[in-house]
Amino acid sequence: MIARVLALVALALVLAAPALGANGLERREAQLENRVMCPTCHQLLALSHSPIAERMRTFIRAQLAAGKSEQQIERELVAQFGPAVLAEPPAQGFGLLAWLIPAAGLVAGAVGVFAVARAWRRRAPAETADVSPEVLRRIERELVAFDD
Amino acid sequence: MRSAGRLGAIALVAGLLVLLVVHIATAQRGARIAAAVAAGQKPAAPDFELDRIGRDGKLKLSSLHGRVVVLNFWASWCQACKDEARTVEAAVRRWQPRGVVFVGVDSQDFTSDARRFARRFGLTYGSVHDGSGSVMTRYGVTGLPETWTLDRRGRLVDHIPGVADAGRLDSAIERARRS
Repeated sequence: MIARVLALVALALVLAAPALGANGLERREAQLENRVMCPTCHQLLALSHSPIAERMRTFIRAQLAAGKSEQQIERELVAQFGPAVLAEPPAQGFGLLAWLIPAAGLVAGAVGVFAVARAWRRRAPAETADVSPEVLRRIERELVAFDD
Repeated sequence: MRSAGRLGAIALVAGLLVLLVVHIATAQRGARIAAAVAAGQKPAAPDFELDRIGRDGKLKLSSLHGRVVVLNFWASWCQACKDEARTVEAAVRRWQPRGVVFVGVDSQDFTSDARRFARRFGLTYGSVHDGSGSVMTRYGVTGLPETWTLDRRGRLVDHIPGVADAGRLDSAIERARRS
């Protein structure tokens, strides 16, 4: 009885293995299609149906099935189509600028907001100091007259 | 400290502006070249150095000065390029013995597919690989195939957008030879 159950489990595993493997390949393929650009239409590969995009999909599928890693496939695509084929520029060389500039912009913006806020805070007491005692006395008198 | 920060911000903005201007200028230069040739001018052909397909080494366009050159932009995935391939090869057989050099510029394509394409259509002329399409952009190529002819001084004298027929190719080559 136990032997029969074990045989059934083994059979189920053997039958399920290709499907599980295929799902894994499809998931990795989908991930890669979201990290690679179509060189002719400049859209994500996942969104493109141009002839070269279809060819790149076939290439990615074949490379994954041959056991290549995502990094190896990306390297091969860069060798064929140049670094612009990657949706995210590499964090090195000139591509590093694409990562640094937004961060530098955020920092510069925060520093700017801080500087403006500080300038406004400094200016606020100066404006009240400009009001002469005579004017203050007149305002006080008019307020008292208004209350009466 | 404050002036250093201001200088840094100005340098950053200036750098970004320069990059933007260079990008726009590069993109428009190709379109200007096509317009200039259509107006009868003969602008210098943008030089390039690209890997040869099916052979080792690179080809530098300027190394062909002194020869009439036909530059044919194509890709293996392009149906119109398949339609044109045999016409171009026939022109190669007519004109190569008379000193005309044909260079295929395989654009935005896998080199393995390009080699297969060349075998399938029996192409005897050499091609180079412009995988990123940067040379395409410099020549203002907006669709494949496109053909340019250069005179012996490396100037662009004719432009055939789309599929070239035998008569159009011959007249473009004659023009380059007379120039």
